[in-house]
This record gives sequence, structure tokens and C-alpha cells, in this order.
Amino acid sequence: MAEKQVSETGRLIVIGGSSGSLNALLVVLPALREDFSIPILVVLHRGTSSDNGLAELLSARTTLRIKEVDEKDPLLPGWIYLAPPDYHVLPEMDGTVSLDASEKVHYCRPSIDVSFTSAARVYKKNCIAVLLSGANADGAAAMAAVKKCGGRNIVQDPAEALVDYMPQQAILLSPVDHILPAAGIAAFLNAL
Amino acid sequence: MIAPEQITHLLTAVAQRYGYDFSGYAGASMQRRIDSFYIKGHHSSFAEMESRLLNDPAWFMYFVEEVTVNVTEMFRDASFYKTLREDILPVLATYPFIRIWHAGCSTGEEVYSMAILLKEARLLQKSILYATDINQAVLEKAKSGIFPGSTMQQNSENYIKGGGLADFSTYYTANYNSAKFDPSLAERMIFSTHNLVADASFNEFQLIVCRNTLIYFDRDLQSRVLQLFDRSLESLGFLALGSKESLRFSVIAGHYKQVANKEKIWRKNR
Repeated sequence: MAEKQVSETGRLIVIGGSSGSLNALLVVLPALREDFSIPILVVLHRGTSSDNGLAELLSARTTLRIKEVDEKDPLLPGWIYLAPPDYHVLPEMDGTVSLDASEKVHYCRPSIDVSFTSAARVYKKNCIAVLLSGANADGAAAMAAVKKCGGRNIVQDPAEALVDYMPQQAILLSPVDHILPAAGIAAFLNAL
Repeated sequence: MIAPEQITHLLTAVAQRYGYDFSGYAGASMQRRIDSFYIKGHHSSFAEMESRLLNDPAWFMYFVEEVTVNVTEMFRDASFYKTLREDILPVLATYPFIRIWHAGCSTGEEVYSMAILLKEARLLQKSILYATDINQAVLEKAKSGIFPGSTMQQNSENYIKGGGLADFSTYYTANYNSAKFDPSLAERMIFSTHNLVADASFNEFQLIVCRNTLIYFDRDLQSRVLQLFDRSLESLGFLALGSKESLRFSVIAGHYKQVANKEKIWRKNR
């Protein structure tokens, strides 16, 4: 296993969502600064077809570079990485990601819990987790794991979320640092 | 949560005890699976788990089964099977005898998928499908040809999307919650344990299929396994990988050309 550690300064933002989260993402990502330099991993529940429609849709709205992540890709500043359909994405100690086609979690692959938990372990206090709209409890447990590892977590305000179940579950399970509308999430990230 | 150092210690100890070396497996996925094995096995402490694994070979074999990923389905990635059917099998048909290796075959769904393709192309009788995995337990399931009935609808949809023209249900007999596949499909299959980390090449093939196994390995181990495949592939043979796997950064890339579409199939050009 990789022994090299992500440097102390290496930070990672993980964003997860399900039903209704694309609307929020289309507010957050375009509002990020042009020189935004923390790598972002986006884990959305989506269909299993491997078309790149989501990457195309998002890349038209942001100046940051965007790609569906491949196995062993290093997570680099200035990039937004999308979890591919039908694979879990796990950040590794050496700053790359592994893909994993194992069992679905909360009926989902990619699963937000899987990515966020692994990100929390690796990036610890430098992990910033954002959970958006959704109709599934995936992500709630991992939001707690992020806190436990010293990172920060933010949920989309359930009052604004198109489907409030996912952010609501995270809030019910354990305290979160911030509850913000999508525009507020962008402002928070820009201030990091 | 188990610390990374504890996992390194455990993996070193089991490698010495049993000869199964997991040190080249991707860390985060291995960590997650060992965490879940620890909880599932109701271990009282990490030390207790390690001690039991080192002293109870049957428990260790269960560990191997649990920490490796055995999720598979028939005709996964329909377009891949369409390409096999339309572009690769016609080339293999020109050989007097076809040898295929399914490396890391798990419970065998892909091997049966291949047998169905070969049967429909009238090539099954002159083919041999070698199916190997690190786990004896999953190979027993593969040999039985019995799969969960609950997966048949998905399998059937995949089959049709992959260009299948028959009625998929003619390939199996449904029984309670399971589906037993036509034994004639298995007649040309040979199942055997083989550890990609440690075991050598054992034959020469025209097609090697290894999908969604390399993703669990680190770059060094991936490179060693790809060299093993290179040694095991005839000139002009085909290597098929998973939809997110690639030869791109590997030492053998120079001797291979990707077939002319988006699928992860390469042809050896020497």
C-alpha cells in the first residue's frame, strides 16, 4: 500500500448529492473563483450509462477544469473531478484516487459515504465535505466521520434543497458546522 | 477505525504465514474492506482478529473472500460485449482452436457470458475457457453454474443491449430463487485457483479478459500483472480490461493497439 502521505497542506473538497443536487451544483460551481485552487471531488448518484453528459454540462458553467475521474488520477488544484457511474471513488494517501466496483452502499454506486469516509481518513482536518439535496441517507454517516477526523462539513439548507431528506439525515445524525443555501456554500468555499 | 500501520502489520504477517501478499493492493479500498471484516467478524480487538487470522486457516480463507471484491454480473457493460461479438469473435473464429483466460473471474458470470457469445457464434466447441481466481470459494460457485434468480432480469437486459438475439431464459432453468445455467455452457470451462500477485503464466491465449481486477492494485502490481498477461498472450492476441482500466501508462503499452472504438480492448501487435 502507498506509504507516501498527502502533504500537510493538501486539501480536498468533497461534494455529494442525489435527487435535486444538480440544481445546487449549478449554483455552487459557477460561483467559484477562477483561481480556486482546492481540488474538488463530486459524487452524485446518477444512472449507470457512461456518457459524459454531466461533465459537459458542468464544464460549460465553470472556468475550472472538469473531468470524470480515472483510476489513479492525482487530485490536482484547479480541477473538479466527477465520480464515474457504477464505481466508488476512494481518495488515497498518495493524493490519487482508487476506483472500486464493490457492493452498492445505500443502493448506490458511487456512494457518498464511501468517498467521504476515505477522504476524511486521508485529508483529516484538511477535508471539507459538502452534502446537497437528495432522497437517500447516503452521506450522513460519512459527514460524521469527516467531523471525527477533524475536517469541516457543510450541508445545504434543507429549506432550500429540492429534496430535503439527505441534508436532513446528516443534521439529525450528528452536528454539522454549517447549514447554508447553495450561494452561501459557494461563498464559504471561496473564502477557504 | 483501524490504523494504516496495523493493516501493514497484518498484511505482512499473513503474507509470511500463508503466502498471500496483499501489499500491492490499493490502500483505501483494502482499508475499507478490512474495517468491514473486523466489524462483520465480531472481533473484540484488532490483535484478536490478527491472532485468529494467523492461527485459523479456514478463517483466513474467509478473510481472502471478504477483502477481495466479488461483485460481478453477466454482460456488464453491454457495449463491451457488443464489440466482442461483432469485432473480436470473428477474428478468433479464424483460429483452429481458441484459448481464453478469464483472470480474476470471481463467481463466473463473465465466463458464462463469454460461453453464451461463443455458443451463439458456433465457436464454443473449439474453445477452452480458463477461469481463475484467488478464491477457491467463488470458483466453487462459478463451477456450479447456479446464480441468484434476482439478477436474471438485469442479466437479460444486459444480454439484449449487448446484441443478444435469443430468449435469455433459454440458457437457464429457474428454480426457487436461483437460476441453473445449461451445463453444456460449462463443458468447455476449466476452473482453477491462480493468484495474479504470485503465480506464473500457465499457457498462451488468444484472448485474456481481466475486468475490474486491476483497479484494486497499485501501479507497481498493475504493471507486474500486465507483464504476466503480456507473456501469456499470443502474438496478435487480445487483452480486455474493465471500463475504467487502461494500458495507457503501462510498460507494455508500446506493443499494443486499442481496437478501433471506445472499448477497453487492446491487440498485441508483435
